[in-house]
Amino acid sequence: MSAVGATARAAGGRATLRRAANRHGWTVGVYVLLAALVAYWTTVPARFGSFDVQTLAIDALPLAFVAIGQAIVVLSGGIDLSVGSLISLMNVLSARFMVSMSTREAILFALLLVLASIAAGAVTGGLIVLTRVPDIIATLAMLFVWAGVALVVLEVPGGGAPLGYVKLGSGYTLSPWLPTGLVILVATVALVWLPLRWRRPGLALYAIGSNRPRAHLSGVPVSLARVGAYALGGGFAGLAGLTLTATSGVGDPLSGQYYTLNSVAAVVLGGVSLLGGVGGVAGPIAAAFILTLVKTLMILQGVDQNYAQVFQGTLIILVVMVGGLALRQKGKSGT
Amino acid sequence: MTGAPPLLRVQGVEKRFGPVVALQDANLEVAPGEVHALLGANGAGKSTLVKIVTGVLRPDAGSIAVAGTPVHVANPVAAARSGLAPVFQDPALVPDLTVAQNLRLTATPHEAVRRELRALELDVDLGEAAGDVPLPQLRMIDLARALTRDPQLLILDEITAALPSDLAERVFAVMRSRRESGRSVLFITHRLAEVTATCDRATILRDGRDVVTLTPREGGEAAIVEHMLGPEVARGAAAGAEERRQRAHALDEGARDEPPALEVDGLRAGKIERLSFAVRAGEVVGLAALEGQGQDDLFAVLSGERRPDEGEVRAQGRLVKPRHPADAIRAGIVLVPADRLHALLPQRSVSENIAAPRYARPRRWGPINMLAERRRVREAVEALQIDIRAQGQVRRLSGGNQQKVTIARWLASGFRTLLCYDPTRGIDVGTKRQIYALLRRLADGGAAIVFFSSELSEFRLVADRVLAVYAGRVTAELAGEDADEEALLRAMHGLEAREAIAS
Repeated sequence: MSAVGATARAAGGRATLRRAANRHGWTVGVYVLLAALVAYWTTVPARFGSFDVQTLAIDALPLAFVAIGQAIVVLSGGIDLSVGSLISLMNVLSARFMVSMSTREAILFALLLVLASIAAGAVTGGLIVLTRVPDIIATLAMLFVWAGVALVVLEVPGGGAPLGYVKLGSGYTLSPWLPTGLVILVATVALVWLPLRWRRPGLALYAIGSNRPRAHLSGVPVSLARVGAYALGGGFAGLAGLTLTATSGVGDPLSGQYYTLNSVAAVVLGGVSLLGGVGGVAGPIAAAFILTLVKTLMILQGVDQNYAQVFQGTLIILVVMVGGLALRQKGKSGT
Repeated sequence: MTGAPPLLRVQGVEKRFGPVVALQDANLEVAPGEVHALLGANGAGKSTLVKIVTGVLRPDAGSIAVAGTPVHVANPVAAARSGLAPVFQDPALVPDLTVAQNLRLTATPHEAVRRELRALELDVDLGEAAGDVPLPQLRMIDLARALTRDPQLLILDEITAALPSDLAERVFAVMRSRRESGRSVLFITHRLAEVTATCDRATILRDGRDVVTLTPREGGEAAIVEHMLGPEVARGAAAGAEERRQRAHALDEGARDEPPALEVDGLRAGKIERLSFAVRAGEVVGLAALEGQGQDDLFAVLSGERRPDEGEVRAQGRLVKPRHPADAIRAGIVLVPADRLHALLPQRSVSENIAAPRYARPRRWGPINMLAERRRVREAVEALQIDIRAQGQVRRLSGGNQQKVTIARWLASGFRTLLCYDPTRGIDVGTKRQIYALLRRLADGGAAIVFFSSELSEFRLVADRVLAVYAGRVTAELAGEDADEEALLRAMHGLEAREAIAS
């Protein structure tokens, strides 16, 4: 046995390397793809400048926020199809009432709406846990509910937000190359997600996504953790809606439709397993930028929007296929 | 034992799952400082009782007391607080988290677990994802984690079922040392030899009730079996074993001129190195091997799941090169895999499962002859005595009955060579005997059977010949009647072969 132990330790270094490749390979790959697209992008416009960066940030930020939320829900073994309407709802609520507010009030109101989104997510999660209706059905139903409420709040596009609030989404901090929204995104992940990720709540999230009975046997309060995942997911969807108000300056009851399936696409492209338990949020964030950048590049190249969608779909399949091949390789080399 | 209250007292516990009564008026007492066995056929209620004691399930009636104090065990955490630490039948580590993360999830100090693992002489990399750790090691990690709490009562639910004999030995050592330090162990197993060797007392459950609590003794296995099965069943099962054997040998003699039903020649794949053997029609050939000697690869090749790197497989003298399980099945080679759920459609009915291999032929279109199908299914169900009370969904059957369904599938669709990978793992004694008898009967009917088993005592009961596989080769061949555990263990460690070369 000791001889076996010695060889195991000798192989330890290699094992660590192999594991790092297995665990973070996908995320690294997605960032490499993003870097390649960015490198190409800088060559396309006649004069590439900080304005292009700001435009991309404006386009990509709402998707990035909701992708984080979707990733958390999917990691916990669920899926949230209601995020699109929740985004619309927060978008119209903020635009309708912020129009007459000062920047200070608007920011406080935005924080209140984030809390409301967390509550909305918790309601969805609670509904799933209590009624035992499958996640996909319950959240599909909530998609209609929030969509209706959003139309009640604001029937046609309108409203607005004070300039100071709009700057949070479309302005820049320190340097014109550093959009404020991007800073907020990174700060939110660093302050909200990272502290959770490596502590028991985060582990519990991964555990319930990986294997629920075993999570229960490990003492994880499974129902509470599921509700928590949906609450967090709702919070990030709310942030996406508020970002949308800041970047567009108006409220539109249909503005969130694009995000329901695109958030799922970003999560998949970002290396999160739809079966739960595998992945992180860094990948989906990069994927949100990739999906947006691909669209931007297509427009710059003068390609028909409809073809852009075809290309986007192809890209998702290619990436997931390459990732899947890598995982199969892992399965072969393992043991 | 008279003065102090028992460490664990379960009184009149009852549990129903819908119409099925899992436990009715079940009682159990575990004294301080004893190793207590909980025995019973599959479906007798052992696992349900364990789950109730550990707070995974709630009883419909009855009471539980720990050290004389009534406790209300609402969840696994509460059970741990009252000094109970279970190691469940299935591994409890979350597969996508690393072992270290799993420990953090249950707030178990890493250092303590490392210490326990060292004491068990195991070298485990805590950074590995739990899903990548081999099953035997995973069981030992579960054990080490339970031991770090130094529980008053350690509950081991069929832990040895997935362990090779050397690791099982270490579990027994742990049980003995627990007893020496005045702690108790509740031990659930299907292997009666383990009970007589290590347990102080045994409580036997039958049909959800405790039948008797006795002191197991060397050679007392027959009495235990009788209690587990009920007196009538036990007598029927014991009779006729000798007669079966003789008839098998007679058939065996007659078949020598035909080409073997299955012939493996110089096979190389994965851990297999130039493996050769032949199985004649009417013969049961046992494969004995330690964990990881290439038996998995051999079964994968024969069943068409994987292609060999080198070597040939012949069925009835004709070369078979299966590129897909369907090719192997067409050549008459069918598999009963280690994990029944790999073979079954758990949400579908018993009859659909049994008939499934018949629909699987892609060239057959058109309506299914339901009358003929029903007849075939009925015949298979009767031949195997499958309990079909819960036949709507296979997943609701007990393990033994599920295993019968996996065999029944092939019975209904026809085959010539049956590959069984550990067909009796986690199955109760009664069903085991039925499966032995069935394998014999199939062989007598002209089938060739290859079966691997991790339980060495089985070979003598079923096999005509036993091949020991070590490091990917056949290292020894024993006649069925000579295959006692000692001879097998020597052969499985490659000792027999080395001695033969030396002399």
